[in-house]
Amino acid sequence: MRFERKPALSPTSPGSGNPFFSMVGIRKSYPLGDESLEVLHGISLTLEKGEYLSVLGPSGSGKSTLMNIIGCLDTATSGEYILNGQRIEDMDEDDLAHLRNREIGFIFPNSELLPRLDALRNVELPLIYAGVTGRERTRRAKDMLARVGLTERMHHYPGQLSGGQQQRVAIARALVTHPTLLLADEPTGALDQKTGRQVMELFQQLNDEGNTIIMITHDTKIARRARRTVYIVDGEISESEGGVDDA
Amino acid sequence: MPNPFKALRASLSMLMENVRMSVTNIAQNRLRSALTVLGILIGVTAVIALITTVSAVSNSITSSFASMGAGTLNLSVTGSDLKTGLSAEDLEALASLDCVDGVTPSVTLRARVSRGGEYETNISVAGRNPYWFTVNEDAVTRGRALNVLDMEGMNFVCLIDQDMIDTFFYGEDPLSKTLYLSGLSFTVAGTYDADSDSSVTGMMSGTPDILIPYTTALKLNSTNEVTSLTLYLAAGWDSASATEVLESTLDQMFSYEEDCYEIVTMDSLESTMESMTSMMAALLGGIASIALLVGGIGIMNMMLTSVTERTTEIGLKKALGAKPRQIQAQFLIESFILSVSGGIIGTLIGIAVSFGLCRAMGAGFTVSKGAIALGVGFSAAVGIIFGWAPARKASRLNPIDALRRM
Repeated sequence: MRFERKPALSPTSPGSGNPFFSMVGIRKSYPLGDESLEVLHGISLTLEKGEYLSVLGPSGSGKSTLMNIIGCLDTATSGEYILNGQRIEDMDEDDLAHLRNREIGFIFPNSELLPRLDALRNVELPLIYAGVTGRERTRRAKDMLARVGLTERMHHYPGQLSGGQQQRVAIARALVTHPTLLLADEPTGALDQKTGRQVMELFQQLNDEGNTIIMITHDTKIARRARRTVYIVDGEISESEGGVDDA
Repeated sequence: MPNPFKALRASLSMLMENVRMSVTNIAQNRLRSALTVLGILIGVTAVIALITTVSAVSNSITSSFASMGAGTLNLSVTGSDLKTGLSAEDLEALASLDCVDGVTPSVTLRARVSRGGEYETNISVAGRNPYWFTVNEDAVTRGRALNVLDMEGMNFVCLIDQDMIDTFFYGEDPLSKTLYLSGLSFTVAGTYDADSDSSVTGMMSGTPDILIPYTTALKLNSTNEVTSLTLYLAAGWDSASATEVLESTLDQMFSYEEDCYEIVTMDSLESTMESMTSMMAALLGGIASIALLVGGIGIMNMMLTSVTERTTEIGLKKALGAKPRQIQAQFLIESFILSVSGGIIGTLIGIAVSFGLCRAMGAGFTVSKGAIALGVGFSAAVGIIFGWAPARKASRLNPIDALRRM
């Protein structure tokens, strides 16, 4: 079992080498007036390379907070998070930005493409911040657009693309830096059923090719597409539906 | 460790990307960008037009001063308790020095001038000596110049300019007629051209309407001492060596008391003039730069609006790995481009306006490289200073908050 409730039993104990993805006892609290509100109550989660995990939970469960921490957009109040052998605690903003650029490929519910840039330039964006220049950058972006089947549309602007095409551009953008982890937040949230299914098929293919995927969703049907599902309820995580089990 | 060449190439490429993104954004908000640029443009135009015009005018004034005042020194006497000015003998002593070709005392007064039923008050009258008429040989248009006998006799004779002829002798021949200056009867000995005085003092004190013997003028002023005069240097003397000789003579005249007189050379006059005009330019430029300040606030306003509007974009870029300083650079470059384009256009218009003004005023026009550097430099500074706060705000946006708006 990869999920451990108690940090003491975590497989990422010293001596086990640098794990690929490991969270141990992650807590996150926000200041609320004089008090502080704890949103995550000690999350532990381990992932191996090539896994396809869905995190299923209703809104208000702490899902987004967990996603932000996994995506290195935010740091935990306490606990240990190791991604691709790097400890995330105590990193400054620049290091986090670097990490997001190299290790994480984000996929957002609404694609979030920049409307003034065409598909190709949108896909190039993470490479700009990675310092990849010139023809090399264009080549990699074109390759990735070809991978999602949008070679024909690479000079179209987001407004000229359908919702499904936009999401495929966003997936190409997430993949173009060859990240350690694809992190998808409600990737089909804004799509109709048919297009959503196509995107899910693409995810399946990407996983088959060895990409590690974490998908955050509230939709059970979508979550079922993943090989493994964890449930998040009230800031605690469980391998099985219906609450936290007693390991 | 990446090699430095590669790092340089990467940051150059980053800069190019930022410029490209900024241009895209500016082009997207065409009207708003144009209005913002207009703010800076007006400010820079005002600064450049004023400074260029003032410096062109002051250049032409100084150069005409220099040509006018070549070979002259001006002496102004404050005097001591014992000796308040220079007597006729002192003037002769000065005129007889080797370094001096001649002196022209400057004695001025205001008089009520009348003839028959006509009268005018507050007419400018100047006392002249014969040497003045040798220096300004084209001054007398009719009749005769003032001579030594007029000086010695303190004769009540005068030369009048065209204004006086028109006022008191319309359709008449003024020569040998009588004119009353403050109730005293003067005989018109001749007429003169008021614009003929080429001396610096002549220009500084304005052109008088009536010329009388300086001894007569002194008498009318109830004094017999001259306090202001122009010395014409003899050929072969420069102002520095002549000043030395003059100082020793004058020190002797004033019994070696201090601060009794001041010798003003063209050089010192020129530098006074220059500091005056540069002060003027700074003052006008300062006033005009208020417009530039307002333009800067316009840029800041637009950039702040832009940051708020593009919160999601900023959040997304941060999620994709943009570092705070890369976000900051993007916004700074945008405000820099806006401001400098306003600065360049403003400089060009400012120079054109200044060219027009100089033509209208008849002053020689030159484009100074300094003015161009000033216009472009100023606007660049404004862009960076007023773009700083919005850019910083953008760079500090929390990516989570920024993305939550999606």
